[in-house]
Amino acid sequence: MSIDSVFVHKMWNDHELSKMVKGGVPFPMLSDAGGKVGTLYGVYDENTGVETRGRFIIDPDGIIQGSEILTPPVGRNVSESLRQVQAFQLVRKSKRTEATPSGWKPRKMTLKPGINLVGNVWKVWNTEMAFDETAFGDSVGRRAGARHGIACWGDRPVLSSL
Amino acid sequence: MPQEFKPGCARPTGGVIGETSEEKKPEGEQLVKKEGERMILIGRKAPDFSAPAYYRGKFVNVQLSEYFG
Repeated sequence: MSIDSVFVHKMWNDHELSKMVKGGVPFPMLSDAGGKVGTLYGVYDENTGVETRGRFIIDPDGIIQGSEILTPPVGRNVSESLRQVQAFQLVRKSKRTEATPSGWKPRKMTLKPGINLVGNVWKVWNTEMAFDETAFGDSVGRRAGARHGIACWGDRPVLSSL
Repeated sequence: MPQEFKPGCARPTGGVIGETSEEKKPEGEQLVKKEGERMILIGRKAPDFSAPAYYRGKFVNVQLSEYFG
């Protein structure tokens, strides 16, 4: 989503983006002329009349689970966005009986929040595990079933469901 | 899900769904309320909106809540 019209989106996709992504952009490119939606989501800048790069992770119940807003010179990290979606899906599937510690990736150890974990996190988890890419837990990779939508604002408009 | 539409020469626009009128409230209260209404919060419902879009060679209307569930 951006303040550009759908006509601009068509030209951008057909004449530039389709040269970088085979088949063109695989999700709808939304137009928010006037910035009404962007204002509500805190990404529309009235002074410059454009929308800042932003990304919101919205769960199947329509709850905003995460967001990231950056100024234009620094691009976002799609892999990190997808990692977060996978983490939200795991938490949701476990009905919040599991939590993902810092640096969690699919197959890495999760925490089981509860009275027994209070004050005892240090016994089961340490900070090095946040950076260790091979510290897989005993569970096999979980396949998440729930859908999460990512809506993005700025020069890279996105609305997709995974 | 997204409905195709045929645009004329005017730029098609969308907007927030369930927008509330702020004009009826007393002035002092309105300022505070307006600020509050503009905030989105992590863990809260995402404000719904619909917007025209370009998608795979077509112009379509997209509504956020159609992606829920």
